[in-house]
Amino acid sequence: MIRLMSRYRQALAVLLLLIVTPGGAALAQAIGAPRPWEMNMQPAFGPVKAHQIALHDLVLVIITIITLFVAGLLGWVMWRYNAHRNPVPTRTAHNTVLEIAWTVIPVLILVVMAIPSFRLVYYEDRTRDAELTIKVTGHQWYWEYTYPDNNNIDFSSYIIPDDQLKPGQLRLLTVDNDLVVPVGKNIRVLQTSTDVIHSWFIPALGVQRYAIPGRTIETWFKVDRPGIIYGQCNQICGTNHSRMPIVVRAVPEKEFEAWVTEAKTKFSDAAPDGQQVATAEVRH
Amino acid sequence: MSATTHDHAHDHHDHKPSFFMRWLCSTNHKDIGTLYLCFAVVGGVVGGILSEIMRAQLNFPGNTIVTSGQEWNTIITSHGLLMIFFSVMPATFGGFGNWFVPLMIGAPDMAFPRLNNISFWLLPPAFLLIITGLFLGESGTGWTLYPPLSNITFEPGIGMDCTLFALHLAGISSLLGAINFITTIFNMRAPGMTLHKMPLFVWGELITAFLLLLAIPVLAGAITMLICDRNFGTAFFDPSGGGDPVLFQHLFWFFGHPEVYIMIVPGFGIVSHVISTFSRKPIFGYLGMAYAMVAIGVIGFVVWAHHMFVSGIDVDTRAYFMAATLVIAVPTGIKIFSWIATMWGGSIELKTPMLWAIGFIFLFTVGGVTGVVLANAGIDQIVHNTYYVVAHFHYVLSLAAVFSIFAGFYYWIGKMSGHQYPEFWGKVHFWLTFIGVNLAFFPQHFLGLSGMPRRYPDYPAAFAGWNFVSSIGAYISGVALLVFLYVVYRTFTSKEHVADNYWGEGATTLEWTVSSPPPFHTYAELPRIR
Repeated sequence: MIRLMSRYRQALAVLLLLIVTPGGAALAQAIGAPRPWEMNMQPAFGPVKAHQIALHDLVLVIITIITLFVAGLLGWVMWRYNAHRNPVPTRTAHNTVLEIAWTVIPVLILVVMAIPSFRLVYYEDRTRDAELTIKVTGHQWYWEYTYPDNNNIDFSSYIIPDDQLKPGQLRLLTVDNDLVVPVGKNIRVLQTSTDVIHSWFIPALGVQRYAIPGRTIETWFKVDRPGIIYGQCNQICGTNHSRMPIVVRAVPEKEFEAWVTEAKTKFSDAAPDGQQVATAEVRH
Repeated sequence: MSATTHDHAHDHHDHKPSFFMRWLCSTNHKDIGTLYLCFAVVGGVVGGILSEIMRAQLNFPGNTIVTSGQEWNTIITSHGLLMIFFSVMPATFGGFGNWFVPLMIGAPDMAFPRLNNISFWLLPPAFLLIITGLFLGESGTGWTLYPPLSNITFEPGIGMDCTLFALHLAGISSLLGAINFITTIFNMRAPGMTLHKMPLFVWGELITAFLLLLAIPVLAGAITMLICDRNFGTAFFDPSGGGDPVLFQHLFWFFGHPEVYIMIVPGFGIVSHVISTFSRKPIFGYLGMAYAMVAIGVIGFVVWAHHMFVSGIDVDTRAYFMAATLVIAVPTGIKIFSWIATMWGGSIELKTPMLWAIGFIFLFTVGGVTGVVLANAGIDQIVHNTYYVVAHFHYVLSLAAVFSIFAGFYYWIGKMSGHQYPEFWGKVHFWLTFIGVNLAFFPQHFLGLSGMPRRYPDYPAAFAGWNFVSSIGAYISGVALLVFLYVVYRTFTSKEHVADNYWGEGATTLEWTVSSPPPFHTYAELPRIR
């Protein structure tokens, strides 16, 4: 149904966005970013998200059928048992078979759903064989990324303010320093925070964990093709909660190694506590 | 006035005290119920104005109606707390509960009339404290109040303390109310009314009272610790002093999850009576309905950490909370199907209360099935804290719970005021609300699935389309609220008086045996239940 609607939707989107978006902001179809009039999940950029989409598709079918079934029953009883059509009500108030049926059938449906669901929870928890570890530290209001496997490269990632955006850059989603990761590797993420709770949330990768001060939380992801993938802070963290986006740049391994070499010099003057001289003025 | 239309010897019972004594020092369950209902309307209107401000801000990306993130965060905090503690709860628990629990069980009043009075009067100061927090702009944490954001370092103002203290007052109010309801329902039922003959609305209020009794003290403990962290140098939730921010989340949601059932369970009861009355049939599977509510209440206490699936809790813990949460779908399904079975074979009149009740069933189903999606911890990882969650809980609360309140209002307003509402305007109110809220909240599922985080005053351009639709829906709902106020005006200026049982044979509970409005003191002689 969603696919059927997509063509109609795109036409509508073009038409409406001209009216809706002030100044007709550029809406380039950037990869790994939300799309106008999207009605479902962002496409997967890795296996975690692919599994989530698969389970969600299953659950969506089940809940749609249930909702339509209930709506259909409601419509039917309103029509068939309307006072005009059925002036004398029955006095039926029990039907044991029916009551057992509507207890047992939902249980069976839940069991069907729960099996793949349990599998997914354990799958997405953490990776056994991490090929790269990244430490993510939340700050008010920027992210700090550390690469313990690569000489402790450490840099901060601030939002690009609206007035400094270049054409084609997505408003509220673009940062100065992307998190660069190699494609096809199991990446372990360790998260913490230095002030309040943040949430590192990247829809297209299917990854989200809170960054909580005083503890380190582990999760993982894998990117299966090169691209720019956008995310945002997803736990209220103060006045600039909506202004600390996440950009993951997934590159082939060779390119990643080249970036590591470059980053070692580029970020060498960065203090390990994440204090960033170059980008301090971006804060507002 | 009712005494003249009622031929029982009620005259000496119908002596009403002076205005001051009657409304400020009230010990009468009907008057206190009326106070609660008026208060709920005020809370709902203020919370609703905040909704409209928020939807206006989110109408277009880059809007500057709300000038800063802090101001925005304060508005969302106040909106949430006002709607929960100062609109839905006063309406379903304090308002309809006070009015109809004694009437339905054949009790002359509540067990502790003065306690009932203080329960109500704790709420207005709590409301003022919330409003203080709002206008000071210092409570920007969301209604979940998570530290460290709510610590003195990050929310230094006294506005935050006002908000926390408001919750203490509202909590004490609910707790005293809960004690009163439990005592009344257990001890003051009319002769012959066993628990298994008790109307479902009373069952709902009883279960709600137990939920409050067990959940509110945990919230009180958590916010007391938070207040101590803020003002007295303790470090319960501060990692630098050995505390744990996640501990607060556990405590908060141990209260917070039962709280959502506190808001909806009385609504289950109201809807049951409305469906039964307008189908002219007894409730289908009465005992199943009652014990489904009990089951929902019990399970509601062991699922709290499904709000914390991305807080770094252990994977086995997540698996448990996922399984427990999915189980709630079973008693909920029993209720939905029993309501439909009640209508099946009935003789259905689609009067305004019935429209709200059927609307409730549909919206509660939609909100319920998205709850099943969220219960899957694997999927929740990617929709947690997004607009999908916002859509889900507004479907079950702002839509279903509020629809049950309006069902109750239209069902009982004749009983409470003695005047009937205008049927045409009632239906206009229903349809405008139904269209408005669906337009407002259904697109938010899409926003959430595609990754729009909640509590954002501004968003990337890609989210503009559905946000625009959502805002239009919110404006329509706002107009519907004005229609409701007009309905209230028309009802109270109506010259028409209604009979004792104006719904006819479908309405079988005890409140329909007394006059409309009931005399100041009811049941001087206790009714006997066969």
